[in-house]
Amino acid sequence: MALIELTGIERSFTLGDSEVHALAGLDLAINAGEYVAVMGQSGSGKSTLLNLLGLLDHPNTGAYRLEGRDVTTLTADEQARVRRERIGFVFQSFHLVPRLTAAENIALPLMLAGIEPAERSRRVDKALQDFGLANRADHRPDQLSGGQRQRVAIARATIMQPAVILADEPTGNLDRATGEDVIHLLEMLNAGGVTLIMVTHDAALGARARRRVVMQDGRKMTDEAT
Amino acid sequence: MKLPDTLRFATRAATGYPLRTFLMVLAMSIGVAAVVVLTALGDGARRYVVNEFASLGSNLVIVLPGRSETGGFNPVNAVTSTPRDLTVGDAQAITRAPAVLRTAPITVGTSEAVFNGKLRDVTIVGTTADYLKLRRMELAQGRFLPAEDANAAVAVIGAKIQSELFGNQPALGQVLRIGDRRLRIIGVLGQSGQGLGMNADEVVILPVTVAQAMFDTNTLFRILVEARGRPLIEQARAQALEIVKARHDGEEDVTVITQDAVLETFDRILGTLTYGVAGIAAISLAVAGILVMNVMLVAVALRTNEIGLLKALGAEAGAIRNAFLAEATLLSASGALVGYLLGQLGAFALRTAVPTLPAYPPDWAVIAALLTALSTGLLFGVMPARRAAQLDAVQALAKR
Repeated sequence: MALIELTGIERSFTLGDSEVHALAGLDLAINAGEYVAVMGQSGSGKSTLLNLLGLLDHPNTGAYRLEGRDVTTLTADEQARVRRERIGFVFQSFHLVPRLTAAENIALPLMLAGIEPAERSRRVDKALQDFGLANRADHRPDQLSGGQRQRVAIARATIMQPAVILADEPTGNLDRATGEDVIHLLEMLNAGGVTLIMVTHDAALGARARRRVVMQDGRKMTDEAT
Repeated sequence: MKLPDTLRFATRAATGYPLRTFLMVLAMSIGVAAVVVLTALGDGARRYVVNEFASLGSNLVIVLPGRSETGGFNPVNAVTSTPRDLTVGDAQAITRAPAVLRTAPITVGTSEAVFNGKLRDVTIVGTTADYLKLRRMELAQGRFLPAEDANAAVAVIGAKIQSELFGNQPALGQVLRIGDRRLRIIGVLGQSGQGLGMNADEVVILPVTVAQAMFDTNTLFRILVEARGRPLIEQARAQALEIVKARHDGEEDVTVITQDAVLETFDRILGTLTYGVAGIAAISLAVAGILVMNVMLVAVALRTNEIGLLKALGAEAGAIRNAFLAEATLLSASGALVGYLLGQLGAFALRTAVPTLPAYPPDWAVIAALLTALSTGLLFGVMPARRAAQLDAVQALAKR
């Protein structure tokens, strides 16, 4: 059984009086532990696909099964729960809460899940250690470098031990060397068993993935594995 | 998301934008402080007047010449428009009423008092011996007006007159000239402080007939009547009215009021005034409430990104709504608290500046102000919080 199973997904937006098909007739299956790069030009539908996979967006038609469960018919609160427990997001612009420290940012998903403070700080401490942020725990985002910020974001995305990490241009705001570190970190997590789905338009990054899905005009152009 | 976490998250959000929070708390606290100070002022005025009336003497009934009631058209009044004089005889007649303990006729005027070349304007009160007991006054020296001789050329002076005209010299036995009369001083009143309308320390008290002759009048300013007891006040009022009516050829040309009635009227007027100023001050609370809404709407707009992130991290709509609602409540609660302290400080400053005014805010006003502040904050926080909870996650995340 595939971890992610999309069948006949359609997603269209109305812009003015014209209808834009962001996704059209998309079928996609991704197994647990895969490392997938979703590529394509802007407007190809790759971001819509990622939002859909992250349950932030809904298809007009089609079915999305996550771990064998149809998640498109869930209520908003049930979907929030699935996002919290099974999906980790990594964004291009990090999306850290500016007034919270690194440790507090990492603890956010735990707090939202209502986990006890003692357990929370234990897991956050471990994450800080694992991601090399131990001496940055009490720094706010504006006191951190870009690479450190993205490491905090990745720590936050993985703190709930999700099944899948959705990364949207995770190196887009980083220089080459820092970006390399971040990709390496994500690949390490993937090696540990987490499914990694990364949206990028960088061919070099895409080449590192074991599977590349190229999108164009809302359709899957190529889907090749190495 | 658990309640303590929601509260802490909201607190961090409030302290994360100190200027905004400061302005918000300031606005709310001014509203609450305004309610507290203004009601303290209003209620202080009410208490002041009530205390003043109480110091007038107890179980008092007051007879005034002329009718002040606005009854229906009375043909008798139309024929004789000028009221009959209220006389010393009327006062003596009232004294014989069963419910009446004592009476004191009063005639009032101003004149110049001269002693040893020193001249001073004084308030003259012409009355009888019972006045002292009726007004619960104390004598510092000498004795009061004699009961037996209403024509004696004697005077009792207030404490301030004594100190200003005589200084350290003894005043008793001296002759004071008032207008064209020479009067022997037989007593000095004790320091009495305030008495509604006139300061008892600045009066010269003469026998009523002497004062009437001095001002060339037959009518009295008032007759003060003391009832035999509190339950008998109403009877004393009715009897006094009946007696005067009978003496005035059956015409009801005087007004008889009880101290309680006057007190009640003042109490009511000033009580209403207090409610009025509380209402006006409450408007500033409503304004502060709208400000809370505005600030929270701006906060939602500014933190759209953060809301999108929280949704991506798996926050339910309810958790986000609660966080923003908690923040609005927190802002208005601290505003209310600061305002309460500022208001009490203001009331204290008022009491210090005007010691005679018991400017304490009434409990109902304080509780109402705090509750209003809290509920407006909560009420006006609902809309922004709902808006935050309903944001679309994808668009919220994409917003720069």
